[in-house]
Parts: sequence; structure tokens; C-alpha cells
Amino acid sequence: MAQQAQPATVGTAEGKVKTLRGAVVRFAGDSGDGMQVTGTQFTAATALAGNDLATFPDYPAEIRAPAGTTYGVSGFQINFSATDVFTPGDAPDVLVAMNPAALKTNIKDLKRGGLLIVNTGAFTQQNLKKAGYENNPLETDVVDGYNLLAIDITKNTLSAVKETGISTKEANRCKNFWTLGLMFWIYGRELESTIQWIESKFGKEPLVAQANVLALKGGWAYGETAEISHYRYEVPAAPVAKGTYRNIGGNQATALGIAAAAQLSGVEVVFGAYPITPASDILHDLSRFKAYGVTTVQMEDEIAAICVSIGAAYSGKLGITASSGPGIALKTEAMGLAIATELPLVIINVQRGGPSTGLPTKTEQADLLQAVYGRNGEAPLAVFAAASPGDCFYMTLEAVRLAVKYMTPVMLLTDGYLANGAEPWRVPNVADLPKIDVTFRTDPAGFHPFLRDPATLARPWAVPGTPGLLHRIGGIERDYNSGNISYDPDNHEKMSKTRAAKIAGMVRDVPDQKIEVGTDSGKLLVLGWGSTYGAIREAVQRSRDRGLDVSHAQVRYLNPFPKNLGDLLKRFERVLVPEMNLGQLVKILRSEYLVPAESFTKIKGLPFKIDEIEEKIRQVMES
Amino acid sequence: MSNIVETQKLTKKDFESDQDVRWCPGCGDYSILANVQRVMPELGVPHENVVWISGIGCSSRFPYYMNTYGFHTIHGRAPAIAMGVKTANPELSVWVVTGDGDGLSIGGNHLMHALRRNIDIKILMFNNRIYGLTKGQYSPTSEFGKQTKSTPTGAPDYPVDPASFAIGCSATFVARAVDTDAKLLNDILLRAAKHDGTSFTEIYQNCVVFNDGAFDAFADKAQKDEHQLRVVHGQPLIFGAQKNKGLRIDARTLGLEVATIGEGGVTEKDILVHDETNSTLAYMLARMPFPQFPVAVGVLYSKARPTYDATVREQVAAAKAKTKPDLQKLLSSGNTWQV
Repeated sequence: MAQQAQPATVGTAEGKVKTLRGAVVRFAGDSGDGMQVTGTQFTAATALAGNDLATFPDYPAEIRAPAGTTYGVSGFQINFSATDVFTPGDAPDVLVAMNPAALKTNIKDLKRGGLLIVNTGAFTQQNLKKAGYENNPLETDVVDGYNLLAIDITKNTLSAVKETGISTKEANRCKNFWTLGLMFWIYGRELESTIQWIESKFGKEPLVAQANVLALKGGWAYGETAEISHYRYEVPAAPVAKGTYRNIGGNQATALGIAAAAQLSGVEVVFGAYPITPASDILHDLSRFKAYGVTTVQMEDEIAAICVSIGAAYSGKLGITASSGPGIALKTEAMGLAIATELPLVIINVQRGGPSTGLPTKTEQADLLQAVYGRNGEAPLAVFAAASPGDCFYMTLEAVRLAVKYMTPVMLLTDGYLANGAEPWRVPNVADLPKIDVTFRTDPAGFHPFLRDPATLARPWAVPGTPGLLHRIGGIERDYNSGNISYDPDNHEKMSKTRAAKIAGMVRDVPDQKIEVGTDSGKLLVLGWGSTYGAIREAVQRSRDRGLDVSHAQVRYLNPFPKNLGDLLKRFERVLVPEMNLGQLVKILRSEYLVPAESFTKIKGLPFKIDEIEEKIRQVMES
Repeated sequence: MSNIVETQKLTKKDFESDQDVRWCPGCGDYSILANVQRVMPELGVPHENVVWISGIGCSSRFPYYMNTYGFHTIHGRAPAIAMGVKTANPELSVWVVTGDGDGLSIGGNHLMHALRRNIDIKILMFNNRIYGLTKGQYSPTSEFGKQTKSTPTGAPDYPVDPASFAIGCSATFVARAVDTDAKLLNDILLRAAKHDGTSFTEIYQNCVVFNDGAFDAFADKAQKDEHQLRVVHGQPLIFGAQKNKGLRIDARTLGLEVATIGEGGVTEKDILVHDETNSTLAYMLARMPFPQFPVAVGVLYSKARPTYDATVREQVAAAKAKTKPDLQKLLSSGNTWQV
């Protein structure tokens, strides 16, 4: 909320530190410039300083795009504040541009009057040409209206690390730490955590470690001596709930949720996966959690990845798979098998821009209709969505808990923005986490594989290796009363309706839809789902601060919806549904509840800005 | 109840399910089913630990007819699902039934990777060289030029040979059997079952409706002796009604040739001795052109190699021995700070 804050001046006199409510900083450079490391380290130090924060990396799909090009630019944005933060921020207050291409692709986002730090050492004729500049933009009106801090970071870095005697090539690689040192000086951050990180990261190359530490200190020293103290700021610690905190990204939280599910249920996990951006990090994290009862299996393709999870679920393990876009499309048929055979399974869809390969590293929410409806036959699937990086942890637990309770696959929707974004996360007390009860059938008396629990309609989880329960299941329609193959017309109708009723009945475990900000009736409800949470919440809060009668709700359970959702929608004069697609949730809401909900969409591979939603709210309220 | 089952020796009857078998009368699948049911009690595996997994096709109805745990899955994916079953519970004896279409067309990728991983599952491929359940289109093992419902002017593509495909995928056990040859099938099923790793057994299976007599030229009783070579580890590769033909290496072409013992100074000493651990020989045996050469049946290749499931189990056990799971600690890992 504070990223737009004007300096709340404490002391404006030259040489005194100014106090800010918060700031948005973006680091941008060539993919080889180490901007992700710089951003991550700045984040760690900022978290330790007690600010609330949110971050988002923006990097190219190519592993090593040609140096100096605009499509090789890698960025990292952080929003940190003395108050609550819900998004990585809209326009940066500070832009660090390590080369002309980074300037070219990012300058339009920098707030007017913002601080622009550029590495003049990279503004060579060749780099200017690669970025498409005919003249040096630092000498033209391109940089008008900004506070330009033009520093030859390359030269300063080389001189800072000279005493180590490392090669020029290696010395050049320390530029990002020099820049980080300067940023640490500007915001009064401690160097210690980064120095420790450098020393552990480059432990085997002491000279490189020494050079990076010298570069970091060099950047800091530059701040001290270069008479730029009017750019020095302080952002006080945010008032947050007591506890132990860590920084967490969405994929990381999902992986921790999976490990936690294994521990909380006492049932081990078999995680089947095939590498795909932006879901692969879940596999990477889980492959290190073997001691926690997680076996990861990297399969030959997306289909095999879900099938290995289905096979494991059939044999009594928690079968989980994760993918994105085209990978989810490939898994579709196997999801139908899990629905037909009523096996517990969790499918995590880290949504990215589509269709087809689409925008692999960019975010989107365009798989909702596919999740809810996209299979052959009447194939109902429970669909949940996480609202923030930390929420991925809780929604993963929820997906597992209900998959095993109802003997059904559950799809959890996250997206590239949640996956790669990060926020401070209060580490929960394990004792406070929900229990995951699992019961395996062992009693042969009266058993058949589709004998249902009268309350949940779940069939028994009867696994191979259990004496007395030999049975066959399969994708062919099963008889309601025996589980044997059945082509009977009435039986098919009964089974189809039963499968639908089972998923609809999960509503008894779905918490009522709550209002995030505002009241539970009024002029306008802004209803979102998934990763738009932060931007909508902030935009609604600002609108309310301006006196508008607007409230915010974020749907986490998309199938089935919370039982009070229809009622809630009808208590507002208007409903606005912002989505990163062309209007998918709004379609479902209109068909389920016959409400004239209005759509507000963005499909650029980028998350909503708070301003965009705030402006839309203003327009709706005025129309 | 379970105690009684465990202490009594199981019989063929114990493995017959209560479901009506719905294959066409005269289908080769009946014979395979009967032989499998006969062999199952010999394996000494607790009844509840046997699992049959299949994909889609005539052969894939197999699990419904076995009184064991069974999972009739989706087209081509049985090896991947079987891998999940075995990874989840290594105590299980996991069997996959597939066909030439299910295993080599739509599921070729999964078959290839199961074979190279050497996970401890038993794969039976019923090869009838035709699509049966979809009523008579050519399959990836149909011969070049075959006229079928979908290829009235002849199949334009060249077939794959399942056994040599499996050897090429670094399978550790590759065998060939014939549906009607009970003795051969029983021997191979026992060997396949006892192999620690992925075993791949191709079974020539006659489709009476869409490809009747496809294997008569070597499977028919009258042709068998002259046109089949039953390979046995350590035994010379001899065949023929008179048992006087054998295989030897033609040094000029580095290929196999048929030699007649007693002609041109050829003695039994000149005949190759089968070595089932030699993948080059196995490959040559699998790919012998018919009818110039006999069709090799029996265990073409078998060699021990660590299995995927054992390796995974070892890694998990090592991780557990090293780290005592502490969820609170895991959640609090990395840089943390107190507020």
C-alpha cells in the first residue's frame, strides 16, 4: 500500500536521512548481470530490517539471451514498507539500470521524479546500438524528469576489487554486488547477511568471495563519500504479528505444503513431474525432502507424470503432480481416469500465458474454465486457488485434505506470479495446522470398491496388499452396487449424478466466503480469485479511503463455490470481477447465480497494477 | 480369513475372477489367460500382493478376469501407472498387460522408459499385429503393405519388432512366446516373474477375427519344428525337424547364417551357443528375417542390473537415516527473523 507514498519528511536538510513509508525498487540488467541475486539479497536484508515486503522477478525465457539486447533484460522488483504490503508495487521509485537495454525496457515504468541509477560503464557504442539507441539517452530528454545518478559502476567495481588480483572478466562479474552495496547504503541496510551469503556461496573460491565482499563494501563506501546523501532514506519496520518469519515464494510454499501433508497425514507422497516452467521449482524443492516422506519421480512426459501419481494413489500413497499450461492439457485424460476410478490425487497447475507454448515465464489466469470444465464426459473436479505466495502452503494442505476425504482429484491453481513472487511469511506452529485424516479399508465384510460413505459419497480407499479386498477398477463405467463393469443406461446416469453430487457435497468442508476489505453489502463488490488478491485488496482499500462504497472478496474455492457466495453477490448493487484472462470466473458466476457481474480483464502476461484496478473502480462507481 | 489364504497353497482356480470372459471365441488371449492363471500359484507371492495393470485394447481387459488386484487404465499408459504402484509399494508383484498398439503406438514412449529404468514390473505384450478392439486397422507390428480397413491399398509404413525394440531400450529381460505353446509360455512366465527388474515378454497371439493365421507359418504344429528356434542359455542354437540346422556367424558379413550339420564339414561345434547375457546376439536373434531364418522364441536376453525401485528406496532410506523429519524445523529453514 505504501509504494506510492511520498517522503514523509522527517528531516529534509542536506545530509539528513529522510524517512519514507515505503519504496519500490527495481533492479534491471542483462541476464548475465546477476540481477536476481541482487534482488534476492536486497530482499533478505530488507526483511531482516523488519519491513513488510513483496517481490517479483521478471526474467527472459531464454537461458542466456544474447548480451546487451532488450530481450535479454532481467529484472527484479521489490516493494517494501513500514505498513502492510500486498503486491510488489506498481511504478518503481528507484530504477537501477545496468545497461542501455535495461534502461530502454524499464524507464517508462519509473515514477516521474524517481531515482534513476545507471551504470555509465555499460553505455558503450555497441551496447547503445544493441538497445536501439542512436544517441546516448543519458544526454537526451529520455532521462528528463528523473533524478539521474550516473555512475561508472564497471570502473568503480574494478578498482574496488583490484587488490584481489582476479581477472578483469571475474572482476566485472562483481558489479552487481557493488550496486547492491550502494543500494544498502541508500536504505541503511546491514551488509552482514549478504557477506555471510557470499562467503558460503563462494566458499570454494575464496578470491571470488573476497572480491564480491570488496565490491559490496565499495558500493557502500561510494555512497558515504560521493556527496549523494540527499538520496538516503529510512523505511521504519512494519508493525506485524509476532512470530518467526521467513521469506517465501509460491512454489516454495507449495513444496513445503506437500511435505507438510505427508507429515500431517502420516501417508507418504509420490510426486510425479516433468520439468516445465514455471512449475519445475516444486520438483526441485521436493527432491530434497525425501526424509519427510516425499518420493519424487521425474517421468518421461506429462502424461506419465500424472499416471505415476495415479498408480501411487491406487497403492495408498498421496499422489501429487504439478505442471503448467501445455503440461496440464496433456494430463487431461488421466485426470478423467482418476475421476472415474475415484482416487485421491492433487494436480497443481502453475498457470502461465497461453495458448500452446504461449508465454512460459509470464503469468496468466486463463486455465480456470479448463480446470472446472475441460475434460471429456461429465467429469467434475474440485478446483481451489491460492491467493498469495504464502497461501500456496495452506491451499496445498487443503487440496490434500479434501482429496483423501472425498476420494477425488483436486486441482490447485496457482500461477507464475505467485510461483516466482515472494513475501515474508509467518512460520506456522505445526500443532496449529489442520489434521489430515486418512482411513484405509481393511474389513472384507460387505466390501465392494464403490461402496460409498453415506455422508461424503467417498468410496473406500482399498489398496493392493490388503488381504480379502481383491478387486478390479478401471475407466469403463462401474456398477453402482458392485463396482464391476456396467454398460447399463440407468446405472450410468446414477453414477454420473453421484460423481457430481460428491463434488458438490464438498461444500460442507468449504469455509464461507469472507469479505477481505469493506462490508458484506453495498454498492460495489470487487470479486477476484487467485493471485490478483494483493492488487485488488490494495485498490479497494484506497478507494474506500477516498470514500467509495466498495468491498473486496477473493474466492479460493472455485468448485464447489462457498455456499454463501451467491447470496453475497446479490447483496451488492454491482459486482466487478478483475481477472488475468478474457473473463472466465465472470462467466461461471453469471451462469451459476444469474447475476450481472461485470468483467475487467488484463491479458498481458503481467499482474494487475493497483492503479489499474483503482481507476476501474472509479469508472464503475461513476457510470 | 487371510491366515487361511496364506497357509494354503493357492490354485489356478484362486486366480479366476467371477467376471464373464468376453474375448471372441477362439481368441489367443484365452490360452494366455489360462497359462497365467496356472503359473500364478507357483510364484509364492501372497495373493493380495499381485496386481495386474493394463491400458486399452482387447488384451487390456485381462485384469478383469484375474482374481487379484487389477487396474484397467487408459490407452498406452499402463507402464507409467504400474511404475507408480511399484514405487508406492515394493512388496507388490506388478504385472502389465499390453498389446502391440497399446504398447508400441500410443504408449511407445512409456514402454521405452519403463524398459530402460528397469523398474521391477512384468510386462506381457500380446502381439497380434492388428488393431482388434477398433475392428481391424493395421498396427505398428503389421507387415509392410498389409491391407486392412484403414489401409485398403496396403500399409505404407514399416513395422517395429517388439523384442528388438526392447533390447534397444536396454531392457534387462526380453523373451518371446507363442499363445498356443503352453509349455514354452509357462517356462517363460516363470522366468519373467522371477527376474528382478523389468521383464518384457512378447507373446505372438492370434486374432481369429481380424488377422487369423498371422503366425501359422511358424506357430502351427506342423511348422513349428522347422521354423522355430527355441533358444536356451548354454545350448547350441539348433532347430529343424531333423535337429540338424543351426546358426553360426558369417565372419564376412558379421551376420548370422543357417548351417546344416553334416553338410560341407559343419559339425555341432561350429554352431553358436546361446548366451542370454549377450545383447548383440539377442538383437540378431530377434531380428532374423523369416522365412530365410527361423523365429527365435524363449529367453533372448536376461542380465542383472540394479532396479529403479531399489535405487529409489535406497535414496529415501539414506535420506531418512541422515535426517530425522522435523516439520517445524523444515518450515523454519533458511533466513528467518523474529518479530
